[in-house]
Amino acid sequence: MTLRDEIQQVIDGEAVAIFMKGTPERPACGNSLRALQALWGAGAPITAVDILPDPRIRQELSALTDWPTIPQVFVKGELLGGADITEQLFASGELGRKLDEALGEDREQVVKTVELAATAA
Amino acid sequence: MVGETIRTLLEQTFPDASVDVVDRTGGGDHFHVTVESAAFEGLSLVEQHRLVNRALAAPLGDGSIHELRITTKGHHHDDTA
Repeated sequence: MTLRDEIQQVIDGEAVAIFMKGTPERPACGNSLRALQALWGAGAPITAVDILPDPRIRQELSALTDWPTIPQVFVKGELLGGADITEQLFASGELGRKLDEALGEDREQVVKTVELAATAA
Repeated sequence: MVGETIRTLLEQTFPDASVDVVDRTGGGDHFHVTVESAAFEGLSLVEQHRLVNRALAAPLGDGSIHELRITTKGHHHDDTA
């Protein structure tokens, strides 16, 4: 499977996916942290992909989504936005409603990190 | 200055807009842009931010913008967008 296929699989297969700098345990950028905090606050399950280990991840991701910046947040395969939009939707309560609608209200809030095989050394 | 380039690009793309560009750190590469334009009305936030990202594709692509925060507003101040 190509790297692009793997990225697409995460976007399509995970309830809520975030492509970020660093990991939820060790965010490496304030914007990735802002998006994570908003997702966590809204009760989202979070599947994180660290884009830092291989510059091709960001290249392929941005080519796929036509979105130049990191982080990028997806809900059920759809681009929600970057840190600003995620924060804005959390603040207005819309993020919680969106998640309720997409995933149900009694969702489990699990945080996991996915490593892309195509980038493994 | 990158800040001036950003302002010019945004004003060219959104001729009706009021544009605010803040250099967040004073370092000339972390910016917060606020754009208020009728072009955003009826669009989702993702679509609104896409328009801004496209307008700034050159400085985003060549690395002269290291970090970009975006706030978009329609003229109707419709916060539910």
